[in-house]
Amino acid sequence: MIQANHQLDAKGLACPMPIVKTKKAITDLEDGQVLEVQATDKGSKADLAAWASTVGHQYLGTLEEGDVLYHYIRKGSNEPEVEKTFEHTVSLDEIESGDGLILDVREAAEYAFGHIQGAKSIPMGELESRLEELDKEKEIYVICRTGKRSDLAAQLLANNGFTKVYNVLPGMNEWNGKITKEI
Amino acid sequence: MTVNKWTAAQVARKVIDNEELFILDVRNHDAFEDWKIDGHKFEYLNIPYFELLEGVEEILPKLPTDKEVLVVCAKEGSSVMVAEMLSEAGREVAYLEGGMKSWSSYLEPIKVSDLENGGELYQFVRLGKGCLSYMVISEGEAAIIDAVRFTDVFTNFAKEKGVEIKHVFDTHLHADHISGGRQIAANTGAIYYLPPKDATEVVFDYTPLTEGLNVKIGASQIDVNALYSPGHTIGSTSFVIDNQFLLTGDILFIDSIGRPDLAGLAEDWVGDLRETLYSRYRELAEDLVVLPAHFMIIDELNEDGTVARRLDDLFKENHGLNIKDEAEFRRTVTDNLPPQPNAYEQIRQVNMGKITPNNDEQTEMEIGPNRCAVR
Repeated sequence: MIQANHQLDAKGLACPMPIVKTKKAITDLEDGQVLEVQATDKGSKADLAAWASTVGHQYLGTLEEGDVLYHYIRKGSNEPEVEKTFEHTVSLDEIESGDGLILDVREAAEYAFGHIQGAKSIPMGELESRLEELDKEKEIYVICRTGKRSDLAAQLLANNGFTKVYNVLPGMNEWNGKITKEI
Repeated sequence: MTVNKWTAAQVARKVIDNEELFILDVRNHDAFEDWKIDGHKFEYLNIPYFELLEGVEEILPKLPTDKEVLVVCAKEGSSVMVAEMLSEAGREVAYLEGGMKSWSSYLEPIKVSDLENGGELYQFVRLGKGCLSYMVISEGEAAIIDAVRFTDVFTNFAKEKGVEIKHVFDTHLHADHISGGRQIAANTGAIYYLPPKDATEVVFDYTPLTEGLNVKIGASQIDVNALYSPGHTIGSTSFVIDNQFLLTGDILFIDSIGRPDLAGLAEDWVGDLRETLYSRYRELAEDLVVLPAHFMIIDELNEDGTVARRLDDLFKENHGLNIKDEAEFRRTVTDNLPPQPNAYEQIRQVNMGKITPNNDEQTEMEIGPNRCAVR
């Protein structure tokens, strides 16, 4: 099962209730957190995806298990775009040819629905406590969706003694290469 | 303000009687673009219900006050919610009971013509899906052609008319909708006919429908003559009824012709399609009235709601019957085809008896427009 911050049970509810409930439930999440919506209404898939894009949330994907649909939505951020400050950056092309570690700091659910093959997943929120999983001697390409979280992650790594750290710009939202799913 | 509930039958009447209606369709944009309730004088506004959760104030100026407003969604729930919000805002609106799901399943029986000695020919127009089924009635007996899966509609109609269903035909193995033919035959003891060339994979018993088969309905002997007319499928068969009507199945429509690719053999069947349309049909009497198994757009409906046109008119007006060059014809019916109907491969499996989905699953498979034609 894909990791999410909150679960919403909308099973057995007919349209419009899955969306009405999702809209309500997502207000309790912090920006960037992931909500899992369990629904049995088949129409909820197209509607949730369309609704999410109109209100600025990120629809990650849907899993089907038996009659139940598990939708994953990441709460959109309303914060203004902040300037990225980490000075060592690489492009998507460069990481394809490089031999460093691709470190994907998006949420586990985002990673599950599509990442670059071989990328290691450590969500931004867990990074500080999992530093020992990383090799200080190796090049690390930090990637997220747009380059914002990876900017912060790269700074965190540099502050902890990692010297060969690069922020990947732009990020997964412009990656056109092969995608691996773990669902 | 009160919220009114309309049935699909009421909406069908609006379509057929050419009346005005303003439809507020609250499904998402993709669904609306793909498929909606068509009416000659209908106006539309498509705003997904999930954009109205905060309130309907923003759309009030876009809704007319001098016209009836019908809120439509997929199954009903969202349209009830939006209709109630509009009602609280002081507007009188209605919602469609059962949503597009019920629209997709509604059949309007319309009399096409009287036949000899009190016989009658009815066309069952499935407005939401563009399917056309037929019932020939004569002296206490009935034959049904290309029945859709709402078998009660046909058996109840026969009961009302006091006739016994004796023969049930499918002109071909359908790919866009689930046939009700086999079920009706099982329920009534009628004979179920299917073209054997389309039935090589079916897992049930049927009576072969082949060229020259002649069935009489009632004592006055209304003739139903089978005419082999391949092209949409390899078994596709037409009927000439009472020497007046040509039931073309999915081979020839009013404003388009059948597509040859739904069973995966477009290249092989183009020649058959051309042969049927450009030779076999040419040999028939030109004053036959063509009754197809589908219509694609609302403009194909006549004033009384039927879909019917004289064969000689179609030879003049139907683009697909007027492509002189064979290579161009081949290109027209094999290149740039419209998207295939929703779940058409599964639907063929159902019609072969290989899978038996429940009613909800069948509804889901049939969602969306039919797409059996090439224009």
